Amino acid sequence: MDTASETSSVQERPKWDNKVQYLLTCVGFAVGLGNIWRFPYLCQIYGGGAFLIPYLIALVFEGLPLLYLELAIGQSLRKGSIGVWHSISPLLGGVGVASMVVSFLVGLFYNTILAWVLWYFFHSFEDPLPWSQCPINDNLEGYVEECVSSTPVNYYWYRQTLNISPDIEQSGSLQWTLVLCLATAWSIVYICFIRGIETIGKAVYVTATFPYLVLTIFLVRALTLPGATDGLQYLFTPDWTLLTNPQVWLDAATQIFFSLSLAFGGLIAFSSYNPKKNDCERDALFVGIINSATSLYASIPIFAILGFKATSNFNSCVNSNILDLTNAFDIGDRNITIENYDSWLRDLNASDPDRVSSLNLKHCVLKNFLDQSASGTGLAFIVFTEAVIEMPGSQVWAVLFFVMLFSLGLSSMFGNLEGVLTPLLDLHMVPRWMPKEIFTGLICVVNFLVALIFTLGSGNYWLEIFNSYVGSVPLLVIAFFEIIAVVCFYGIKRFSDDIEQMTGRRPNLFWRCCWMGISPVMLLVVLVAYVVVQVQKHPTYPAWNPQYENFPETEEKPYSTWVFSICVLLSSVPVISIPIVALYRLIRRHTHPHSGYPNPYTNQSYTDDTHTQSFKQI
Amino acid sequence: MRVKVQMPSGEMITGFLLTIILLSPVVAQDLCKESKDGFKVRISLKTALGNDAYEWNESEKFLFRSTLAYAMRKKTGEDTYNIENILVCNDTKRVSFIFVVTLPADPTQLIPKEEVERAVRQSKHRINNAFLLSDMTLEFVGVPPTLAVPIQYNTPPWLIVFGVVIGIVAVGIVALLMSTVSKRRRAKAKDAGFDQDGDDEGIVKENGTALSGLNKKDGVYNQAFSNDERFTKL
Repeated sequence: MDTASETSSVQERPKWDNKVQYLLTCVGFAVGLGNIWRFPYLCQIYGGGAFLIPYLIALVFEGLPLLYLELAIGQSLRKGSIGVWHSISPLLGGVGVASMVVSFLVGLFYNTILAWVLWYFFHSFEDPLPWSQCPINDNLEGYVEECVSSTPVNYYWYRQTLNISPDIEQSGSLQWTLVLCLATAWSIVYICFIRGIETIGKAVYVTATFPYLVLTIFLVRALTLPGATDGLQYLFTPDWTLLTNPQVWLDAATQIFFSLSLAFGGLIAFSSYNPKKNDCERDALFVGIINSATSLYASIPIFAILGFKATSNFNSCVNSNILDLTNAFDIGDRNITIENYDSWLRDLNASDPDRVSSLNLKHCVLKNFLDQSASGTGLAFIVFTEAVIEMPGSQVWAVLFFVMLFSLGLSSMFGNLEGVLTPLLDLHMVPRWMPKEIFTGLICVVNFLVALIFTLGSGNYWLEIFNSYVGSVPLLVIAFFEIIAVVCFYGIKRFSDDIEQMTGRRPNLFWRCCWMGISPVMLLVVLVAYVVVQVQKHPTYPAWNPQYENFPETEEKPYSTWVFSICVLLSSVPVISIPIVALYRLIRRHTHPHSGYPNPYTNQSYTDDTHTQSFKQI
Repeated sequence: MRVKVQMPSGEMITGFLLTIILLSPVVAQDLCKESKDGFKVRISLKTALGNDAYEWNESEKFLFRSTLAYAMRKKTGEDTYNIENILVCNDTKRVSFIFVVTLPADPTQLIPKEEVERAVRQSKHRINNAFLLSDMTLEFVGVPPTLAVPIQYNTPPWLIVFGVVIGIVAVGIVALLMSTVSKRRRAKAKDAGFDQDGDDEGIVKENGTALSGLNKKDGVYNQAFSNDERFTKL
């Protein structure tokens, strides 16, 4: 390659100010909302400490090899996802397109979640917190009925935040409050993303580190709350029998995969801005281990707080029973306490069983309260907000929590958007007159406008659809093709040579075994198992319907045909670009046999004069 | 047949009045116990005040009766209600009891339940404060607690926070865009400066035909003369 164009391309391509920025950006991309609200949930339902075994196995044999592969390929080929796979083989350009489409679709709904986080953040400054009490109804006679039948926290989330419609078919109207929050979220994303990695690199100093600070503060606070130890004990007590359930292994593999944000193209984009000589093996190990360590670290305060919440609920349950007994038997106030409740109950039951049974006392068991698990938005916006009300100084904890969620999500958004921006830049789709700032602004505006569907009344249902259908199967397929591309088309030998050039040593036997055998097999198994499991259960969604007879339970409604066809489209459209581009290239290769290969007879010393300034006929 | 009616003598009248006076507490108790116009009151002192809880004794009951009389006075506007008009019975250790309100004019007649309820609701806040209790801890069974009126804000606080955040972001975006524009202007001025500034020393003035017609300042790389040194070794 001639030196001048090489130097000019190096000058044109942006680069990281220092290694710390690069590492923080990758860590920020990998560490996201899922580390906070999905991993602890999985730990809880899959037998506590026992879940760590399939999780760590998946990390070592699936997560780390794929991560290393993506970082290495981006760093050596120095292009975004489309450019990289196109360089390896033009037949595989579709893999990059698929990554870009998935990054775009995921960015849409991910930022909507951040808009919800902002909404809660804005309201965390109110005293008392608005989700702590039911609002009074219009005649000022009592509380709003929907709130009374469910809980204030549920009512606040479903009615006052989302204003959710009872059905996905009923779209409702645009919620202007959510539109404002969405606009704010996209503006904040834009200001960090405005110059690409130049501004992202500075923003991550805050967004990637702040969550750890908040997690530590929460850890200290949570461990001093009553009932924290119950929660922690419950979380970490291993239940080894669950390891025989294949669903556990499947969920561990998918959790590692999605947690590391693989196959989005964002990691490839980030590493493409690295200098050529950079130890990507150490980077991959660092990012992967930090991601899993963060998941574990976050689950401690989460579970301490959930234990506290379960204990509070248990205490209120027992206290309401105590009040009933005190009032019915006219016993002195505070004579029955939580400690002597059982003995009092026995005595009263012995003396007057009819009256006791007529009271319909609730059956309060701490384990039942601990068993109430939640993940995703349910954990953050319902369970956690309920816990925060009970903590003294609720506003402070609410503000801290939502700022932490926002910065976690923001740093992941950077990766999503880079997965869209870098390929477009590499394909030279940006008109030359348009400065980068305008282009990134255009991307943000387009995203904002499309994401307005999530601010409708049925927005939450659509978001769940996007989450389950876009952020799952397409990623697995893309990752599978990525490994195939590197192993079969690029060649492990050539790849090892590149890595030796970059890091100074060849990848050792473990990496090569994983790339050539273990990881593709694991991915294929996970993909097939995931699809099989999804196909078996008829897709339903939990709808919040106040008219439902079992309200406040959510109603399980099936997806109608047109909605389900959209689900299938969402899963297949990103992936369909892979065969389409491959076919297109194959056809082109056959019809234009010479265009793909350099013609040995063209002599570049003599450029065709007709293309330059035409001199008048002399 | 003529019935002989005997007018009661003075002694009989005094005796009768004495009996009534002595029996009146008993009568009063009957009025209280059997009445459907009575309200049950439950007081949870330890829940409300913890260690600072005072003891419920006759003086506290006296205070209660006087506050109820006050509530009736306030509601009806008549100053005739007195402590004798509030009858209390069925004391338990809970602390709970039943009370009824009698008409000032006729101690055997009770005020209907609805009127008492209205009076209590009107003055509930004052009654609570007299005992350092709240709606939860001073409970009138059957009288729903008055709902706290939601605080009406002129500007909801969340809009204020939203305004602050979006203001900062907008300022930041404008600042970054301005800096880009000024950078470009400075770069363009430096480019144009070669053509226009003839006075500066050391800057060669170009005749504007060859190089300025090209897009890149570096000129066009002539591939006829490539840097062969890397490939040809002597």
